[in-house]
Amino acid sequence: MRHDHIISAKQLSRGDIETVLDHAADIAADPGAFADRHSDTLLGLLFFEPSTRTKMSFTTAMKRLGGDIVDMGSVESSSVKKGESLADTVRVVEGYTDALVLRHPMEGSAKMASEFVDVPLVNAGDGAGQHPTQTLLDLYTIRENAGFDDLTIGIMGDLKYGRTVHSLAHALTTVDASQHFISPESLQLPRSVRYDLHEAGAGIREHTELDEILPELDVLYVTRIQAERFPDESEYREVAGQYQIDADTLAAAKDDLTVMHPLPRVDEIAHDVDETTHAQYFQQAHNGVPVRMALLDLMLGGDQ
Amino acid sequence: MSDKDQQLRVSKIQNGTVIDHIAGGQALNVLAILGIDGTSGDSVSVAMNMPSDRLGHKDVVKVEGRELSQDEVDVLSLIAPAATINIIRDYDVVEKGRVERPSVVEGVLECPNHNCITTENEPVDSRFAVGDDGVRCEYCDTIIRDDLPAHILAE
Ligand SMILES: [Zn+2]
Repeated sequence: MRHDHIISAKQLSRGDIETVLDHAADIAADPGAFADRHSDTLLGLLFFEPSTRTKMSFTTAMKRLGGDIVDMGSVESSSVKKGESLADTVRVVEGYTDALVLRHPMEGSAKMASEFVDVPLVNAGDGAGQHPTQTLLDLYTIRENAGFDDLTIGIMGDLKYGRTVHSLAHALTTVDASQHFISPESLQLPRSVRYDLHEAGAGIREHTELDEILPELDVLYVTRIQAERFPDESEYREVAGQYQIDADTLAAAKDDLTVMHPLPRVDEIAHDVDETTHAQYFQQAHNGVPVRMALLDLMLGGDQ
Repeated sequence: MSDKDQQLRVSKIQNGTVIDHIAGGQALNVLAILGIDGTSGDSVSVAMNMPSDRLGHKDVVKVEGRELSQDEVDVLSLIAPAATINIIRDYDVVEKGRVERPSVVEGVLECPNHNCITTENEPVDSRFAVGDDGVRCEYCDTIIRDDLPAHILAE
């Protein structure tokens, strides 16, 4: 794998994806072997909007590789507040660190920032755009539980606004998965995303009800439907209620169905699912650490 | 009447560029996309909605004293794909050409996504990949399919 920056899951070939996931599996199997791998490395964290979980995951990954992090802190206390451009900020901070992680509320910010720096930069979310490490940890979880061969996956919930979903769908196309999208009509995949997936040769089908496809699924990826997408509370409750699952719902599923969710959840997966063997969403979140360790290690020259 | 006869209605230029066969009504957008707004003192003449055998109606733009490069004129393909370019020296046409679709246009269009980083005060030009049925922002992936002239950046 040779990428200076990780901006979008779309830039990754199937070979790249397998390389990262294989490396993540090696790390997960024996994390101690990698504990001093990057003891001189400093990772700069530039979070222009709060995302405590993602920041903790990157911090953990860098420290588990023996390195350390420097954190810009909150935007309120930084030069950004004084009107500094993003291009200037990253050019200053790259001088302090060996690699950068950027989270920013505007689309395209990570790509632009990467054009101004020489150290590797990882996009940790750019507005409604890309979040490639989320996609990679999703893929890792899918591969560990169901494998990519003959994979049939259902993605349910808010498919219109969810960047996690769009990015994952592209990556699943790269690994030739059969994809089913389950959502209310008002929250179906945007036309541009559907168009791109078709162009890329994706096998996709759309449904408004989970029942008709649930028994065929190897993986069910659930996302949250947000109240602000609806004109009023009662309509939201009615629609969202049709896309919630509990242990009873899953009685119709394959025994080895894997249920995933990017978290945090609200009530789209009932707590009684947690006790079933289907539930993998906490493990999915944990997988963010070995996957980010693998990515950082590869970007920092660990494969040499 | 042929196109050639119609051209005579606009005064001949001594040195410069004639952009002919612009789709009727697009002349001002052509000037905008080329960043010609009269402030540099260029002498510019515009003829709009001339009858044309090929296009029905066409616009013609003549820029005195300035020879446009192929890169400069190629962006016109987005709004005037049939345009022809004549470079004039001493009243003679010394070079004839057409516009070719570029693979990328930079600093010409404004991204319609207000949450795109290129719309902020950053030291970066907008950049769009040109596809078969539209252009796509290389930063945020937003696609513009229709009404490209409405997205031409104000200089
Ligand atoms: Zn854009």
